[in-house]
Amino acid sequence: MSHHHHDQDTTTSTGASDAYSRRLFMQQGMAFLSMATTVPLFMQRSAEGVMLPVGSLVSSQAGVPEDHTLVVIQLAGGNDGLNTVIPYGDRAYYNSRPQLAINKSDAIQIPGADGYGLHPNLTGLLELLDNGQAGIIQGVGYPNPNRSHFTSTDIWHTGNHNGQGYGWLGKYFDNTCAGKPNPKGSIAIGNKAPLALHGKTQKAVNFETEELFRWAGGTVDDALKKPYDVINRKEVEAKENDSQLDFLVRTSLDAQVSSDRIRAAVSKQPLLNYPDGQLSQQLQLIASMIRADLPTRVYYASLGGFDTHANQLNSHANLMRQVGDALNAFQKDLKKQGNTGKVMTMVFSEFGRRVAENGSSGTDHGTAAPMFLIGDNVQNGLLGKHPSLTNLDQGDLKFNTDFREVYAAVLENWMGADSKAILGKKYTNANVL
Amino acid sequence: MTVSSLQPLDPKDFDERKALHLLQRAGFGGTRQQAQALAGMGLDKAVDYIVNYKNLPDPHPPALDDYDKEIIRPATRTERETIRKARQSGDEEMVDMFRTERQRRQRADRKQIAEMERWWLTRLVSTPRPLEEKLTVFWHGHFATGYRTIEDSYHMYLQNLMLRENAMGNFKEDLVRGIIHDPAMIRYLNNHQNRKQAPNENLARELMELFTLGEGEGYTEDDIKEGARALTGYTVEDDGFAFQTRQHDTGTKKIFGRSGQFDGDDFVDLIFTRSGASTFVIEKLYRFFVNDLPHGETPDSKSYIKLLSNLFKRNDWNIKPIIETMLLSEHFYDESNINAIIKSPVQLIVQAARTLNPPQRKKMVQTLAIASDIMGQRLFAPPSVKGWDGGRTWINTSTVFMRQNTLLYLLTGQRPDSEAWEADGTPFDAMALVQGYTSSPRNTIKFLLTSLLNIENPSREQTSSLEDFMKTQNNKINNETVTGLLTLITAMPEYQLC
Repeated sequence: MSHHHHDQDTTTSTGASDAYSRRLFMQQGMAFLSMATTVPLFMQRSAEGVMLPVGSLVSSQAGVPEDHTLVVIQLAGGNDGLNTVIPYGDRAYYNSRPQLAINKSDAIQIPGADGYGLHPNLTGLLELLDNGQAGIIQGVGYPNPNRSHFTSTDIWHTGNHNGQGYGWLGKYFDNTCAGKPNPKGSIAIGNKAPLALHGKTQKAVNFETEELFRWAGGTVDDALKKPYDVINRKEVEAKENDSQLDFLVRTSLDAQVSSDRIRAAVSKQPLLNYPDGQLSQQLQLIASMIRADLPTRVYYASLGGFDTHANQLNSHANLMRQVGDALNAFQKDLKKQGNTGKVMTMVFSEFGRRVAENGSSGTDHGTAAPMFLIGDNVQNGLLGKHPSLTNLDQGDLKFNTDFREVYAAVLENWMGADSKAILGKKYTNANVL
Repeated sequence: MTVSSLQPLDPKDFDERKALHLLQRAGFGGTRQQAQALAGMGLDKAVDYIVNYKNLPDPHPPALDDYDKEIIRPATRTERETIRKARQSGDEEMVDMFRTERQRRQRADRKQIAEMERWWLTRLVSTPRPLEEKLTVFWHGHFATGYRTIEDSYHMYLQNLMLRENAMGNFKEDLVRGIIHDPAMIRYLNNHQNRKQAPNENLARELMELFTLGEGEGYTEDDIKEGARALTGYTVEDDGFAFQTRQHDTGTKKIFGRSGQFDGDDFVDLIFTRSGASTFVIEKLYRFFVNDLPHGETPDSKSYIKLLSNLFKRNDWNIKPIIETMLLSEHFYDESNINAIIKSPVQLIVQAARTLNPPQRKKMVQTLAIASDIMGQRLFAPPSVKGWDGGRTWINTSTVFMRQNTLLYLLTGQRPDSEAWEADGTPFDAMALVQGYTSSPRNTIKFLLTSLLNIENPSREQTSSLEDFMKTQNNKINNETVTGLLTLITAMPEYQLC
């Protein structure tokens, strides 16, 4: 992501929004195959355009390297924060949760944090703490908490109190690229791109698996490739209130271009074996793209199953195991790649759960919960203040850190962006980096 | 300019293209011949034919005993007693036997839901009453319930029958009241665990947020808590609804400022005193049938929806007059509403299967079900209680390929869901589709584009790459080249619209 996107490309007469992106990756030697049968005219023109030297990437904020990458992981469904960071020193915890409370002796002691422990299955996270690579921010939430999954997710994704508007990372791209979409800027794993990555003009690329990320018509008949490319690599300008068809044409082009790039990136064997599980698989793909040096600044993964209304002990324990182990493997992979310095991972959930367990050995939708930040540059250990278990708001925890203070810190100190322009107001940077 | 009133289309304006639009929206599209036939009936008769689908015979009416309801069933008293004793005495062998038996049943049940998924897809493709199925899909998305949560295929089946039976019924009495008595929904939203002593708010919340009023529209968090109390004791027994008086909170509740000893049915009545109950679902129907409004409501759509909502209330929430008025209205046939909706994965697949006449392939329905899932829509398994968002959310860089590949599979047998990309070589009679339009490649191309994309005159841009392809084939019009044309047309961005 950089400023030269709005350099004039005098050779692209259409002024189309996507020309610059292909130009950029062609210069960087990442244009691939699949053009074997044809290079559409506009692409030839783009490639002939003014060549920018690689490495001329300009950071939007002094002192912040351009290659900083953010990986965002959502624990979808509402993670039970009180059984993630366990307040074993608090009687109220055991009184509220006769079925679900985790014993002090079972919790993992967090170094330097008396009275608080981690879920016993978060051994992977403990190792990251021991390496100085994990910040656990307690009691993160926002005022007037909404307990609907969808609205609260939207609130976290947009950074707006009502959950309306564009995604905070989408707005980051909108702001740093002067209104030009950057189809290479963000990649989400899954058959859907999250709202967080949707900007006014910015749209994320997403894919589920690399095998499905191409058209198979060429294998049926070679003669179909050329007309297919003409049909699916058309350019239209990105504009507000665009027609359905223009939207489809643009998405088709983005799909073609990112398919070439991503399939090449993820075709390599990973440097280590990842544990089983959906989150692991996603992080493995992300690691391979980071390793291939894609110019992507934001990756997005998510793991579902956290909506534990009933019999949650086992299911939540399995999820904790998956999260800790996947984060751990990912960080080890980055270390082998030599990339731990440029990647930071952020883990959040749309809300925590009620303090008191319900009548079904589960927990209902609640409010504040912990977030994790993983990376070389994060403040290590238990951060912020744990919410009180007795001073409650209608049975729910009161937050201590507004999630937008964490966003502000990440945007300014990691991504090198002006957080006020993105979040609509200046939040104090949380002391987490 | 768009007409925002409910006034009907001038019958003399009902031509073949508008008839095809009607077929696509009130069902899953049609062939040129079907559009011609419908146009020939005239607007009123055409809409009457489509809306009064119950007049048409259903060759394969679903029956209660089409599926095994005993796969997942509560343990009998004897079984419970046996396992309790086994646990007490440490009879591991017996405990193990019960566990194995439970796992066997769960496997059998997963098999059964997969069969149901194939049954429904087949029914969608073959039904003579497309509007019935289209509405059932709509209600399935509206009252979204997921198999993966309840793990009881027979309950999903019962709900499917309920939604189909009442698809054109009364929204309040049949559907909303039906859904709070529906075993699958009760279990999906944990109302079987909603007891006087330990209320569970899940159903109360979604009943207002997603089924009737819309998020935050005309209710408070307290209304949810009190509504949950009203719904206590609404539970499931023996594959049916049961009201358990002992679990019901008989105390006074205060909902929307009114106090009384309300139960769940009173709660429904109270909800329908709120204005949102007449507008929320109408806007959703509009987005499903008329225009998915990618940039939000327009002044025209807003006033049209308002008029339709008023009509809905005047008709005591009967759905049929709404659908009928909509399908007759000039607004519905406005140019700005033709090809304005992005096809859902089910629409894409079913419409293609009904109009392209692909051959029956090995494990075809199963493949299509998987493909639909990857494109973001799995029947009996919506992503959440919010259902499918629809519109542009169907389209992203991943689903673009999946959509094209699924159509490629229908036409050529090239499987989209296997790493090997192996092809099923069952031949496809593409020539049957273009019969009478083979005098020249240009003629064939024009016929295919106008029939498959419902456009009046294809543009030069739309025809040129297809004509170029035909040139590489020496302009021969045969099964192979027409199949090639179809793979390209179905890979066009335009093909994603209906």
